[in-house]
Amino acid sequence: MALWGMNASFKNREESFMTVQEPTQQQLNQERWRDVPLEFEAIVVGAGPAGLAAAYTLAKGGVKTLLIERGDFPGSKNVMGGILYSYPTHQVISDFWKEAPLERPIVEQRAWLLAEESVVTIGFKDPGFYEEPYNNFSVFRSRFDRWMANKTVEAGATLITETVVTDFLFEERADRRKVAGVVTNRDHGEIRAQVVLICEGANSILTQRLGLQEDLSPGDLAVGVKEVIALPKGAIEDRFNVEKGQGVTIELIGESTQGMFGMGWIYTNKDTLSIGVGVMINQLSRSGMNPNTVLEKMKQHPAVRPLLTGGETKEYLAKIIPEGGYHQVPKLYDHGVLICGDAAMLVNGVHREGSNLAMTSGKLAAETVIEAKKKGDFSSVTLKAYHDRLQDSFVLKDLKKYENASALFQSNPHFFTLYPKLARYSARELFTVDNVSKKDKQKKIWHEVTSRRGIWNIAGDMYRLWRTLG
Amino acid sequence: MNIAVCLKQVPDTSEVRINPKTNTLMREGIPSIINPYDVHALEEALTIRDRLGGRVTVLTMGPPQATDSLRKAISYGADHAILLTDRAFAGSDTLATSYILAGALNQLMNREPLDLILCGKQAIDGDTAQVGPGIASRLGWPLLTYVTKVDGIEPTNHVIQVQRKIEVGREVVRCQLPALITVVKEINEIRYAPLPDLIRAAHYPVEVWTNAELGLDASQLGLKGSPTWVNKIGTPPLREKGEVLAGSDVAPTEAARILADKLIPHIVVPNR
Repeated sequence: MALWGMNASFKNREESFMTVQEPTQQQLNQERWRDVPLEFEAIVVGAGPAGLAAAYTLAKGGVKTLLIERGDFPGSKNVMGGILYSYPTHQVISDFWKEAPLERPIVEQRAWLLAEESVVTIGFKDPGFYEEPYNNFSVFRSRFDRWMANKTVEAGATLITETVVTDFLFEERADRRKVAGVVTNRDHGEIRAQVVLICEGANSILTQRLGLQEDLSPGDLAVGVKEVIALPKGAIEDRFNVEKGQGVTIELIGESTQGMFGMGWIYTNKDTLSIGVGVMINQLSRSGMNPNTVLEKMKQHPAVRPLLTGGETKEYLAKIIPEGGYHQVPKLYDHGVLICGDAAMLVNGVHREGSNLAMTSGKLAAETVIEAKKKGDFSSVTLKAYHDRLQDSFVLKDLKKYENASALFQSNPHFFTLYPKLARYSARELFTVDNVSKKDKQKKIWHEVTSRRGIWNIAGDMYRLWRTLG
Repeated sequence: MNIAVCLKQVPDTSEVRINPKTNTLMREGIPSIINPYDVHALEEALTIRDRLGGRVTVLTMGPPQATDSLRKAISYGADHAILLTDRAFAGSDTLATSYILAGALNQLMNREPLDLILCGKQAIDGDTAQVGPGIASRLGWPLLTYVTKVDGIEPTNHVIQVQRKIEVGREVVRCQLPALITVVKEINEIRYAPLPDLIRAAHYPVEVWTNAELGLDASQLGLKGSPTWVNKIGTPPLREKGEVLAGSDVAPTEAARILADKLIPHIVVPNR
C-alpha cells in the first residue's frame, strides 16, 4: 500500500490539507539564524587546553572563530594526570578559580623514590598555596574543559562537536601553498578561514599532513594510564594529612614504573584520588608489560596501598603523552597555520607539565593571529612571530633546558632501577638503630654503593644528571 | 504537515549511578544527551516533512542547559525549537509533565496547526512511557504507541497508516489525523547533520517559554502537581545461570535421562 505521494501535488505546505498561517514576526526573527554566513577568520581544531585557550583569546580579541571538537562535548576525550596550573590559566581567564569547577588547591607536593618495599620521600608544604592566586589545583579535564568551552562560547566563538577534521583546504599561489580552511567528516564538510590552529593533541595527523612532522617513534611517546578512585573527603584529608579542602600531589619514581623511564602519580581530588603511571612506549614494549599491570603493581606497593584502602575505582583513562622534547618540536607555523600544545610536542616530562605549556602556546598563537589580522597577512612571515613568542616564554626555554633529558634517561636505566635501590639501602642503614657507630654505617653504605656501581660511573651519572637537569 | 516532537534531555545512562541512600539518580557531572528514542522520533518527523513539506518544531521541558539538546535537534534539521523552563516546573512527575507539554502544544497550535506529534516510546532514565500517552489523552488525540514504521500518510483523507510492535508480532493501524505517535528505535536510522547546519545551529536562538507564556494552573505544576513518589529504586538481581548438561560428558541417552530426572519434580503430572 503506497500511501506516500498518493496525491502527487501534495509536496509543499501551501497545498497541505491543513492550511498554515503566515509566520509571525517573531517566527521570522527565529528564522534568521539560517542566514548566518559561514565565514570565519580562524578555525581551532580541538577543544583541549591549547585549543580552548586559543579560541577564548581569539574570541576576546574580536576574531571570528570556529572551534571544532571531535568528542561529544569539550572535555569528553581530554585526559591528563590531573593538575591545572594557576598562573598560566589565570593569564587566559583571570580569577578563573572563582567560578571554574576545580577539585582541591594543592598545598603540598611530595616526591617518592620507591624501591621494592620501601620509600624515600621529600616534599614541600606551604599553606600559603591555599590562598589566591594559588599555585595549582587538582581538576578533572572533562569538567574544567566543559566550563572553559562555555566561557569561550560566551566570548563569541562558535563551537561544534562530534566533528573530525580530516584534511586542509589549500590556496595555491604562484610561490606558495597556504592553508585556507579545513575538511571535516561531515556532509558539505569544507569550511574556509584565514588561519587554522592545530590543537588536536598528541600524534597529530594534521601536522604530519602538512609535512611538518614525520611519523613519531615509540621513543618519543609515553603512554599514561590513570584510575579515579572514590574515597570519602575526610578519609582523603586524614590519609594525606591536610586541612579540609586542601590537596596533595605525590610523584613516584623508581619501582613505581618497574624501573622503566617514567613516573607514577597520586593526586587528591575532592572525593576521589587520581592515580596513574606514565611510561615510555619503547621501554614498555621491550618489557612486554601492559601499562595497566604497571599501575596495578604500583597500587599494591606497601607505601601506596594504605592510601587507597576501601576506595572504589570509578573511572579508567589513558592518554598518549608526547615526550620527544625540544628536538622533536616540529616547525610551529606555516602559511595560514599554527601548531599548539601536544600536537607541537610541547610537554615538559621532567616536571610533569603539559597543560600549562599547551594553554600558554594556545594563548600566544591567538595573540599572533590577532596581530596578523591587523596586518591583514596570515603568511608564515607574520605567523613566525608565534615561534618567537614561544622562544621568549618559559615554554621553549624549559624544553631547551631539558633538551637532553629524554636521551639521558632512555640510555641510562640506573636512574630508575639502581639509584632508587641504593637510596633505599642507604636510608635503611642510616635509620636502623643497632649499636653500629654512625661512622661504620657510613663506611658500610659507601662500600655497598661503590660495589654496585663504580665510583667514577656514579660521578659520571651525577654529572650528566646535573648537566641535564641543573 | 506540521509536526511537533517532544524531546527529553536525559543523563547518559552508560554513566548513571543511583544514590543508594536517597534512591535518586546521581546526575552531577554526568553528560546529558537527547533521549535516544526521541532522536528517532525527530528523525521520523524530518523524513515526513522532507516528503510532504511543513515545519518541525521541537519542544523540551528542562533547565536552561537543555538548550544544548534543542540546538542539536536544530542541527539535525528541525525548523524551530522551544524550551519550556520555569522554577515552577521543577520536580514534575509524568502527570505534571504531560500537563505542561500539552499546555505548550496547545499554545503552539494557537500559532500554527499541528497534524502530528511524535515522541520516543519512553525515556531511558525513568522508563515510564507515560508522558507521550499523557499528552495524547490531555489533547484528546488518538494515540499510536510503539510504532516501528510509518507506512504513509493519505493527505486528502487526513489518514496515517503505521505498523505497531505488539507482543505477538506487528499490527497495521490506520488512524485519523491529528494523532500522537510514540516510536521505537527500529523505525529509522539517524541522519548525521551536515557541517553548515551544525554551525548555524550553534547560533540558533531557542525560544523560551515560562509559565508566564503558558498560563497553566500552578497547582498542577512541579512538585505540587505530582502525586508520584519514589518508594524504592534498585537494580534487579542478576538472573542465575542455567545448568548445562554437556552432551560430550555422557552419552545422549544418559543425558536425556538426567534431564528427565531433573525436570520431573518440577512438572505436575496429572494422575491417571
